[in-house]
Amino acid sequence: MSNTRRPLNALKIGTVALVALALLPHVPGLGSDFGRSLLSQMGIAVVFALSYNVLFGQTGLLSFGHAVFFGLGGYVAIHVMRAINHGLPLPMPLVPLAGAAGGLLCGLLLGAAMTRRAGTIFALISLGVGELVYAAMFMLPGYFGGEEGITASRTKGFALFGLDLGSQLAVYYLIAAWVLIAAGLMQAFARTPVGRMCFAVRDNAERAEFVGYDTHGVRCIAFAVGALFAGLAGGLHAINYEIVSADAVSAQRSGTVLLMAYIGGAGHFAGPILGAVTLTWLQTSLSGYTSAWLLYLGLFFVLTIRFAPGGLAGLILMHGPIFHTRSFRRVLASYGIALVPTLVMACGAVLLIEMSYRLSTQPELGSRMRLLGIAVDAASVWPWLAAVLMLAGGFLGFRGTWPRVASAWERASEEAGAHRAVEAS
Amino acid sequence: MLELATFSLLNGIVYGLLLFMLTSGLTLIFSMMGVLNFAHASVFMLGAYLSYQVGLWVGFWPALVIAPLLCGLVGAGIERYGLRYVHKSGHVAEILFTFGLSYLIEELVTMIWGRNAVANNVPAAVDFPLFTLFGSTFPAYKGLMMVISVSMLVFLWLALKRTRMGLVIQAALSHPSMASALGHDVPGVFMLVFAIGSGLAGLAGVIGGFMLLTQPTLAHAVGPIVFVIVVVGGLGSLAGAFIASMLIGILQTFAVAIDYSLVDLLRALGFVITRSTPSYEFLSIKVATVAPTVPYLLLVLFLIVRPRGFLGKRDV
Repeated sequence: MSNTRRPLNALKIGTVALVALALLPHVPGLGSDFGRSLLSQMGIAVVFALSYNVLFGQTGLLSFGHAVFFGLGGYVAIHVMRAINHGLPLPMPLVPLAGAAGGLLCGLLLGAAMTRRAGTIFALISLGVGELVYAAMFMLPGYFGGEEGITASRTKGFALFGLDLGSQLAVYYLIAAWVLIAAGLMQAFARTPVGRMCFAVRDNAERAEFVGYDTHGVRCIAFAVGALFAGLAGGLHAINYEIVSADAVSAQRSGTVLLMAYIGGAGHFAGPILGAVTLTWLQTSLSGYTSAWLLYLGLFFVLTIRFAPGGLAGLILMHGPIFHTRSFRRVLASYGIALVPTLVMACGAVLLIEMSYRLSTQPELGSRMRLLGIAVDAASVWPWLAAVLMLAGGFLGFRGTWPRVASAWERASEEAGAHRAVEAS
Repeated sequence: MLELATFSLLNGIVYGLLLFMLTSGLTLIFSMMGVLNFAHASVFMLGAYLSYQVGLWVGFWPALVIAPLLCGLVGAGIERYGLRYVHKSGHVAEILFTFGLSYLIEELVTMIWGRNAVANNVPAAVDFPLFTLFGSTFPAYKGLMMVISVSMLVFLWLALKRTRMGLVIQAALSHPSMASALGHDVPGVFMLVFAIGSGLAGLAGVIGGFMLLTQPTLAHAVGPIVFVIVVVGGLGSLAGAFIASMLIGILQTFAVAIDYSLVDLLRALGFVITRSTPSYEFLSIKVATVAPTVPYLLLVLFLIVRPRGFLGKRDV
């Protein structure tokens, strides 16, 4: 039964994704060049975050240097693009393949040494290798272009069937196509025997070794696959921005992809997709308003670890069992009530953070500012007092409304449990 | 040449001792609690900033004591209100939690002191030449650094091995449930260990603040090097961390001072090297340029030759 259903499901999801990806750039609000560029960035982030999760969620390798393969793939891709600009007869849409090849090669070379250890030591090693590669960028400016990076054009040179990547829409469709292919391949990889072994190695390496599997080999393969798709994402990055610089391999980028995968939910295939889309959207929309973007990101991350270890995907899936119960409406209502003090608390925190940032990092702009549409003077004591009161009051209110959420949850899960028991009998 | 070698060695030892102060706290926390604290370098940075701020208010000598104590309090808070709850989700969650904290601390520091470096100068009390050698002077604050780090090391070792308190700590960390059954406050011990480790990082920060620029990127400048030391020295080994710190400190200081490249070496050996020689760009990199990567090169070397590090007990 399940064997006949699964491919159908995959086909269904694939079709829905295809239609959605095709229609997205025409949705009002996303139809502008800005919207399409945002969608392109999301696509790149999705492939990158999914590739990260091959290591992290699937194989249990916590890497702090995954951007190495993104960046090196990007450099290979941008050099191929330059070659195309100078007359190499290769269609531009295939450039990400060059990036993937670059990522795979580097992944095999570095991975063979790096994956001999798992766990904490692997995390440290990946951090060190990331720093090493980043530093090497500046030592070899001829290959990597140093701070300024390497540029190329995506429109100049050989064009297959007159296909032209001049418009952002064309670039978006190219990226969307590669996102579908990459996501499909990574999903398929998780179902291959070696992909399954990755889960085993993650959960209990010792046992897998006793059964006769080469855990180092399995980790190495997973690492190479992750590097391959990271390189592909780097290739897409090269096409989208027409420039690759040392920033592409930076620790910052490695950290961001880790945050995307974790906040989205590393335990589920869709988690990193969710995380990549959410964080890219937040980053582009928030970084225009605030210089404290990284602080919010850090807070978001720490709160996720502390209160929702399953990430966004985990939070959503948690509601699966109680979705059909009659008490589900009560749960939603309790959320609505708890939301009010939470928002008050968040507003207080935002007010505090924004005012401090203005005073310490942009004193030249003066102490008067507009926050959430209200004029505020950070030099006077009143907004600070209001912010602290909102923070404290919101926190107390949240503590007051939380028992309601907990009891609603309890009832709903009891009902769901009873329901399941009836079905089973 | 001798002058260069002597001063490079002295500066290398000072830098190595600073690195060791930083690593010892990290190793202490790791070997006892199994938590790799990614926020450790951030606490170090916090120590530098706090000593600057407290120094402005009450002067350098009180700040030397107060700033590490404040860092210890911060560490205790992190353990008590954060890590303790994350602990049940496993080691990866703990690492990630401290990793997130390192983001937060960096941004908080930016929020309070701004994005640019603060003028954290060497205080007048220790800003005089200690001795003169080959016509160059060795500043007193570097001497102070050496004294503080060595005495800290001795104190730490004595406290752990020779006091009742140290025994309880060791017991609580190796057999938590047994120690708890005997009436010891195990969560309290964990908090204490975290506080001590953070306090050590803060102490290193007070001194490191003068040597390095006190700015929000300080944590990222030293963090990865500290982690390399932990790997090269052998995860969880204090003595190994000491050897690795000194090795990296001295190697890096010497590398900075060497203004030659492979091209110069090959030419000295009689090879003819021109700009058109294959991989000329690679060969012409000066050793001084490579200096920042020395720790990472060492890491890769160890990974291939001796994965357990200097004094690691097993291949972790």
